[in-house]
Amino acid sequence: MPIIEIKNLSFSYEKQTILENIDLEVQEKDFLAIIGPNGGGKSTLLKLILGINSVKNGTVRTFGEAPKKNLAKIGYVPQNTNVNTDFPIKVIEVVLMGHIGTKRPLFGYANEEKMCALGALAQVGMEKFANEKIGSLSGGQRQRVMIARALCAHPQILILDEPTASIDVEGQKQIYELLEQLNSHITIIVVSHDISVIMQYANTVVHINKTLSSHEISNLKSEKNDHFCEVELFKKFKEKK
Amino acid sequence: MLEALSYDFIQNALLAGILVSIASGIIGSLIVVNRMVFLAGGIAHTAYGGIGIAVYFGLPIFLGASVFAVLSALIIASITLKHRERMDTFIGLMWAVGMAIGVVLIDLTPGYQADFMSYLFGSILAVSQADLWFMGGLLGLIVSIMTFWYRDILAVSYDSEYANLRGINVPFFYTLILLLSALTVVVAIKVVGLILVIALLTIPVYIAEKLSHSLFSMMLLSGLFSSVFTLFGLWFSYEYDVASGASIILVSASSLFLFLGVGKIRG
Repeated sequence: MPIIEIKNLSFSYEKQTILENIDLEVQEKDFLAIIGPNGGGKSTLLKLILGINSVKNGTVRTFGEAPKKNLAKIGYVPQNTNVNTDFPIKVIEVVLMGHIGTKRPLFGYANEEKMCALGALAQVGMEKFANEKIGSLSGGQRQRVMIARALCAHPQILILDEPTASIDVEGQKQIYELLEQLNSHITIIVVSHDISVIMQYANTVVHINKTLSSHEISNLKSEKNDHFCEVELFKKFKEKK
Repeated sequence: MLEALSYDFIQNALLAGILVSIASGIIGSLIVVNRMVFLAGGIAHTAYGGIGIAVYFGLPIFLGASVFAVLSALIIASITLKHRERMDTFIGLMWAVGMAIGVVLIDLTPGYQADFMSYLFGSILAVSQADLWFMGGLLGLIVSIMTFWYRDILAVSYDSEYANLRGINVPFFYTLILLLSALTVVVAIKVVGLILVIALLTIPVYIAEKLSHSLFSMMLLSGLFSSVFTLFGLWFSYEYDVASGASIILVSASSLFLFLGVGKIRG
């Protein structure tokens, strides 16, 4: 059974159609990359999977149920993590936000929750920064903290919206290597513009611009003998199958 | 100065100053991190309508101002949750209409003009026993709410979208923050007056923000700075026989500039 199943999904804001007849299945341990132009509906699709926006036409099922029922099983790393950097909050407190709060004590955080948050920070290599102010970190470090926050609830799916948008090349590489590692037990969905980078890690790429076209990476690689030009590739993604 | 401490009204003023400073340190921190300063200003000025109504109908002033401030907070909450993009227009409207209602009703009240200025600029030396109970009660309420819901309020303030995904009721906590702001504004009016309320809610908070690693320490430091400024302002006002509310604000503002200046020199 696919862990995410989208059938015949359409979505519009006011009268503007954002998504049209989307069909998509995500299997366990997939590494799915979503590409496409700005305003093409990538973030909207994520918000529908997360249950932030409600589905009006078509169906979205996560783990066979309505998206809102399975929030705890999905970790989310939002698009812009450079906002609100003046906010007086410690790294560990940001990560603790990731708990869904089922084991919460009367005041503050349970020890179990704190240990779990520190564990998530260690997973992304940021445990040394637990008591730093979030604003004092670099963009790449902050992004890893946001991934730790998403990992805090032990999700089965991790969804990232342009995780490397404002990060230097070294930081990008670290993040993708981390995602590759996590992919051994977690399904990853990532919206990205870095086509050439994403090719090394993803097993499926979908291109979204109102409608969706899907491509298996392995097929593309064999067609091109492991060598491909980014522009050609991008054209290929836009083609309908 | 020391003999002044034996007067009841001075003791009341000092106690009121500290209670209101701690409350405004906590709530001011929330207002600043949530970028709600303009909202708090709107509530403060709308509350003047409540003061007018209370004066005209002979009701307790605190009650009138509180009810009006709470109503305006609820209206602002419902508007900002639905039409965020038109928020500033609505707040500006309520700001002006609230003031106008207050001014007209106070004009219409026979024989009542004397205390008009005290609500604009504060009257901490006229704090009564009942006012102190109200202030203490509010501070107790704020502290218990912050103790129970600190993590939720922190999550909603830092990243409301994510808080929503974690199953936190964002509109509820947003409304709660506005309601507590409204009540704090009402007691702060007693100390510094409604025109200066925003300064009391933001100046100590701004200094504390620069020195804090967490929202909790920001609240604690704000309350501390605010208490020191208020007590020093009161002393200044007594010593030189000038208005207390304005003295408190000037002490706060001078401290802010000193703080910024020292920061600049240190680089």
